[in-house]
Amino acid sequence: MAIEILMPALSPTMTEGKLARWLKAEGDTVKSGDVLAEIETDKATMELEAVEEGVLGKILIADGAEGVAVNTAIAIMLEEGETADDLGKVMEKAGPSVTPVIHDGGPQAALMAQAPKASAPAPVEKHYAKYIRQTVREALRDAMAEEMRRDESVFLLGEEVAQYQGAYKVSQGLLDEFSDKRVIDTPITEMGFAGLAVGAAFAGLKPIVEFMTMNFSMQAIDHVINSAAKTLYMSGGQQPCPIVFRGPNGAAARVGAQHSQDFASWYAHCPGLKVVAPWSAADAKGLLKAAIRDPNPVVVLENEILYGQSFDVPDDPDFIVRIGKAKIERPGEHVTIVTYSRMVGTSLEAAALLEKDGISAEVLNLRSLRPIDIDSIVASVKKTNRIISVEEGWAFAGIGSEIAALMMEHCFDWLDAPVIRVCGADVPMPYAANLERLYLPTPDGIADAARKVCYAK
Amino acid sequence: MATTSKRKAKAAEIGPDQLIGWYRDMLQIRRFEEKAGQLYGMGLIGGFCHLYIGQEAVVVGMQSAAGETDSVITSYRDHGQMLACGMDAKGVMAELTGRSGGYSRGKGGSMHMFSREKRFYGGHGIVGAQVPIGTGLGFAHKYTGDQGVCHVYLGDGALNQGQVYESFNMAALWKLPVVYVIENNKYAMGTSSERHAAGVDLYKRGAAYGIPGEAVDGMDVQAVYTAAIKALDHCRSGSGPYILEMKTYRYRGHSMSDPAKYRTKEEVTKMREQHDPIDTLKSKLLDAGLIDEAALKEMDREVKLIVTEAAEFAQASPEPDLAELWTDVLIEA
Repeated sequence: MAIEILMPALSPTMTEGKLARWLKAEGDTVKSGDVLAEIETDKATMELEAVEEGVLGKILIADGAEGVAVNTAIAIMLEEGETADDLGKVMEKAGPSVTPVIHDGGPQAALMAQAPKASAPAPVEKHYAKYIRQTVREALRDAMAEEMRRDESVFLLGEEVAQYQGAYKVSQGLLDEFSDKRVIDTPITEMGFAGLAVGAAFAGLKPIVEFMTMNFSMQAIDHVINSAAKTLYMSGGQQPCPIVFRGPNGAAARVGAQHSQDFASWYAHCPGLKVVAPWSAADAKGLLKAAIRDPNPVVVLENEILYGQSFDVPDDPDFIVRIGKAKIERPGEHVTIVTYSRMVGTSLEAAALLEKDGISAEVLNLRSLRPIDIDSIVASVKKTNRIISVEEGWAFAGIGSEIAALMMEHCFDWLDAPVIRVCGADVPMPYAANLERLYLPTPDGIADAARKVCYAK
Repeated sequence: MATTSKRKAKAAEIGPDQLIGWYRDMLQIRRFEEKAGQLYGMGLIGGFCHLYIGQEAVVVGMQSAAGETDSVITSYRDHGQMLACGMDAKGVMAELTGRSGGYSRGKGGSMHMFSREKRFYGGHGIVGAQVPIGTGLGFAHKYTGDQGVCHVYLGDGALNQGQVYESFNMAALWKLPVVYVIENNKYAMGTSSERHAAGVDLYKRGAAYGIPGEAVDGMDVQAVYTAAIKALDHCRSGSGPYILEMKTYRYRGHSMSDPAKYRTKEEVTKMREQHDPIDTLKSKLLDAGLIDEAALKEMDREVKLIVTEAAEFAQASPEPDLAELWTDVLIEA
């Protein structure tokens, strides 16, 4: 049955609008979601989307027509099998039928806007002339030192960052170089010093707030979200907040439930923040430098267990890791393992196990959780057709849940198996060594999940 | 506004121009807030709207003592602060109506406006959160050495938030130039200070940190100014923070939707009739022969015109473009 497309009302006050231009021609096949035309209201130019599949049978209102009243028929859509002869029937039919879905850049549009145009894989990392072997701890320290040398307005504050040289020795040596004006020991007062740092950022300084662990950032989360993340928006773009909140996140070792938690999904949930989670020392250095230079609030989720691990880091003062881009740590053909932080290493171990079974796994290190690199995930899945996510955090509304939803939206037709989320156990972290092991994803557990989506035994 | 803003004279040298300027500044806040209340009733302003009526002497006295580089931050009862900082009445009113001509282009509302140009840093909706943020503005004054002091306004209710004491501690420890202005209007929303505060001398709340404090008649603009000069000199000299407890009163409810059943009509009437900061100063000006009725009438007319024009602008200014939903979330790096 042929149906009429009506001029939509695109604002509460709109009674008529201009049909700026058609993006489809008569005879074109149209899928739902295709943009049919652009319509100018008194306020903006909006896109008119098709809700039904079919063929654009006839355009009733031509390009450029002004003063088109709301609910006027502007075109006729034919269903499959119908011909131009069917047009007449609907022309006689009175009254409106189905109103197309309009989006003015709504949530769906926001996602669609990020959808890949082509299947661009994660870019190959630039090769540097020289690399040095460094621990994650040293890389983080160097990132801060380099940025503090570069910009007088950058300073570090937190508990034990100065005289004690950092509770985890990340800020070792900084006090000596930059004095107590720029490396500041705070009282144990997370809400207070996080708020204070936000105020300093409002005034144009660039604070780096170290939380001894991200667990304690819960004392301060009001300032991270309500004060730092929202102010640019609430001020109509007038008041920026260039600030970094960093510290070890995720499971530590044998410290119990209050000191072992992954806050990735808590922070990644919030617009107005950027959230990164480095794995290697190169990630750590490049992402922290990018975070300090970023004019927005950035949460840097480090990991205590990684602090002492060594990696090759480009020996180049201009090395920086762009926020928002994932990295293929290991290319593969059969299944994508998408993960971040310490679980990148665990996933690489899983990939080695899978290789023995003849399963080639691609390990994608997200590096950045907000914005998340949809393009790279999609490109990988279009190659492997199978994906699992791995995180230390809880499954419910976790990073893996977001990945699964993105796959539904972007890769539904490309998937050969449902997404599996490999997560921490849905309990507070236990203290006992055996229970703690049971809580966390393991290489074997990750490999099992990968085999499952490959329908291998 | 802010004809009297910025320190021109020492406390001892308060002249007729200063007094008349205070009167005019307070009157403009009063008329602005009355108009805002009216627009709220017409449905042109939505959500929360906390009026400053009754408390005008506090911010006008403080601002007239302010230095060129001083910064100001407050919570949600913020229209008076914005006007006293010299922000444009049209832009403030248009933000209240949620229009594109507002300070935050309609995206902030009554509680969230900012002007870096006027060094007004909001406009914060979480009770007490402005206190560490303001302490951080003080930190930045010290870090950059710009000689500024941050004026942090907080209510008697906010004073019970833990982060206030975290801030007092750091400000005293690091000798930050911050004056904490407690606007004690006697009610934390509907709970009287006798019922929410153990120990009603709020100016003493910094004593454990060695922060000097004093109580001030916040209904007397001259008393506010005199206290402000002293407090700001202390902060600017590098001696650390200072607390001023302004004993004040709000005539209207906590917000527009508050019927204020927790106090008697007589209490409000008594305050208005005997302690109103504007009427008191007006009598003083007339009695001293510093101004006559005709000049007052003319001033009234001028203020009314400013407020009327602001209200007209706030209604004529279009709503934000729909595309604005998506802007200002992040700065493009």
